[in-house]
Amino acid sequence: MEFFYDLPVIGYLFQLIGWLVDVLPIIAPTIVAAAIPIALGAMCGFMNERSGVVNIGIEGMMLTAAFVAWWAASISAQVVPSGAFGPLGISAPLLIGLVAAIGAAMLVSLVHAWLSITVRADQIISGTIINIFAVGITGYLNLLISRTAPPSAGQFSRLSLPDAVEDLPVVGWLLDAVLSQGPIGLGLLVAIVVMQILLFRSRWGLRTRAVGEHPEAAETVGIDVIALRYRNVIIGGFFAGLAGAYLTIEFGNSFQGEMTNGRGFIALAALIFGRWTPLGLFGAALLFTTSEGIQRAVRFGPPEGALGDLLSAIPSQFYSALPYLITIIILAGVVGRSLAPAAVGRPYSREKREKRARPAMSEAPETT
Amino acid sequence: MTEPAGELRVEEPPQSAGAVARSLRLLLLPAAAIGLALVVGAVIMIASSPLVRGNLNVALPFTAYGALVSGSMGSVNAIISTLVAATPLVLAGLAVGIGFKAGLFNIGAQGQFLMGGLAAAAMGVATAGLPPVAAIPLSLGTGLLAGLAYGFVPGFLKAYTGAHEVVTTIMLNYVAIQILAWAASGPLRGENVTFARTETIGSAVLPVIIGRDGHIGIILAAIAVPTMAWLLFRSTLGFEIRTVGANPDAARYAGMHPRGLIILTMAISGLLAGAAGASEILGQVHHIPAAYATSVGFDAIAVALLGRSHPVGILFAGLLFGAMRAGSGLMQIQAGIPVQMINVLQAVILFFLAAELIVRMLFRIRGDGGAATTELQTITRSYAEQTAK
Repeated sequence: MEFFYDLPVIGYLFQLIGWLVDVLPIIAPTIVAAAIPIALGAMCGFMNERSGVVNIGIEGMMLTAAFVAWWAASISAQVVPSGAFGPLGISAPLLIGLVAAIGAAMLVSLVHAWLSITVRADQIISGTIINIFAVGITGYLNLLISRTAPPSAGQFSRLSLPDAVEDLPVVGWLLDAVLSQGPIGLGLLVAIVVMQILLFRSRWGLRTRAVGEHPEAAETVGIDVIALRYRNVIIGGFFAGLAGAYLTIEFGNSFQGEMTNGRGFIALAALIFGRWTPLGLFGAALLFTTSEGIQRAVRFGPPEGALGDLLSAIPSQFYSALPYLITIIILAGVVGRSLAPAAVGRPYSREKREKRARPAMSEAPETT
Repeated sequence: MTEPAGELRVEEPPQSAGAVARSLRLLLLPAAAIGLALVVGAVIMIASSPLVRGNLNVALPFTAYGALVSGSMGSVNAIISTLVAATPLVLAGLAVGIGFKAGLFNIGAQGQFLMGGLAAAAMGVATAGLPPVAAIPLSLGTGLLAGLAYGFVPGFLKAYTGAHEVVTTIMLNYVAIQILAWAASGPLRGENVTFARTETIGSAVLPVIIGRDGHIGIILAAIAVPTMAWLLFRSTLGFEIRTVGANPDAARYAGMHPRGLIILTMAISGLLAGAAGASEILGQVHHIPAAYATSVGFDAIAVALLGRSHPVGILFAGLLFGAMRAGSGLMQIQAGIPVQMINVLQAVILFFLAAELIVRMLFRIRGDGGAATTELQTITRSYAEQTAK
């Protein structure tokens, strides 16, 4: 291996690979931990966009859920016994927080669904409303609540695998990094696999894809486009709820204003980069957070020699901007093209129903 | 044949309505949305008053809104601070508005604002030795150009690769944050500063013409409004922009060039957002921090929607939101209501505009040709159209 390091130009590549092999097992747990909320947010976008609804309000939904999870857990910790049961640090207040977060995000999703499906308002505007509102209401309540400084209810703990797993050759560190998660992280792993299978192998998946690509055709074969869209958007809220709760009761145990910090938008990028499939978006989320992980690794322990100087010379902000740049490049079709479901962003109307219903809303039609 | 008849009734405004009545009706919906938002805000304040004052306080909204009004209009200084706060909102609102007119949703005003501010600050530091007569136009111009360039990119991508501008501008917003963080903590970092920011700008500081901090950026915004109105409604270019927005196919058949117009519109949009950033940095902040926190780019979307993407409407919407920002400090001091309430109010106003159905039912407003509805609904076209060229 050392021989290759001295080759001109290509040698750097080998050095980089050698360094990554050394470093990845160390930074893998943080990479996976950072990818989980992004992948969960992207799952929310997945449920929306696969059925033809754009959702740029993922950020707002996550922020709302993060706040509600923390607040509900913290309040209930003062009332219900907070002893943990089971290996994952599950306690009654945390469960209450989790359920409340999911409920809150699903409620916001319902508003998004109503605006974009029933009212047929512009879906980007609906998402914008959610984002502005979430920043406002969580910041407002957080400031008021922090005056009383309620104690945190703690957080879920991670699954600890037996040492035998970690000691497995080659894949041990990977299994350990991916599987050592709390309940929400484990839930994501299950959801990714299940949804990937459901999307391509189930009746629901076929119908969802049909509604996302060509709702008129779907309607003619008897699929209730509007009901399916409602259902999927609200299930999307479930994932956004998990994503938010992960931040305040699994990964951390406190809430700060605007703490989602753009994760909802990286989630959107991961969804696009992952070509609107669960496995793809999870891979994209991991790739994006690897970029940040490598930046941190370079800062704390750069490889030796010229390669280390080179990597250290790249500003850390470049690594942070990389996911967004990659997404723009992918969208522009420079390197492979990523195409959205065809009907995304287009409100669906059953034409006959529309013609009868719309005049009735503003003034009664003079029917004879 | 009742169905086509019903359709016609909704689409066409009654012929008898005069211009005054029509414009009054145009104002009715935004006014109703604002009124409803204030009510919702009041409900939230009352519900959360135990957290503010320790007990349920029904009068809290009156105290809060009273402080909001006196903080934004109660004195000459208050009015000036409203104007100062409204300046970037009007400029960035015009940026988003012209995008809407061309059927483009520029969510990237935030990024263009930051790039404009960064470039203006960089040039402001570089021209510290020059007299203001040279330094101000140079810095302002650099800011405008930076915004223009940052708006050009998504426009070009949209026109020639079909990449949807909503997604690319969102991504570019975050790229802009990183560029700013890099520049202001790296090459442009000031020498004797406590936190990462650029040097304080020299002679490029915009002169104060009124009150304590009423800088000439206000004039810039005041000039931009009629200019954009003329551009959109009296010039050939504006006609072409509006045609592309209404129907790109028709525009192409009429011999216009949708691709070029998309790029041009995004560039003008970026220029306006860049102007907002430049005037804010040169007139108000006088340096740019690496972690410059602002929400102007997103508030601008609200401003453009409330103003129905008409320059005059945007002027009033910008003044309203500027007044809210200006008065929010006093509201926090006098009523204990955190300034984030302003975001809540903005979101709720937008909600009622988007869901105008509810507003119409509540106030029995008749359809006014569905202008707002159609405008809001045709802004974003499907991503899928990105390949349909």
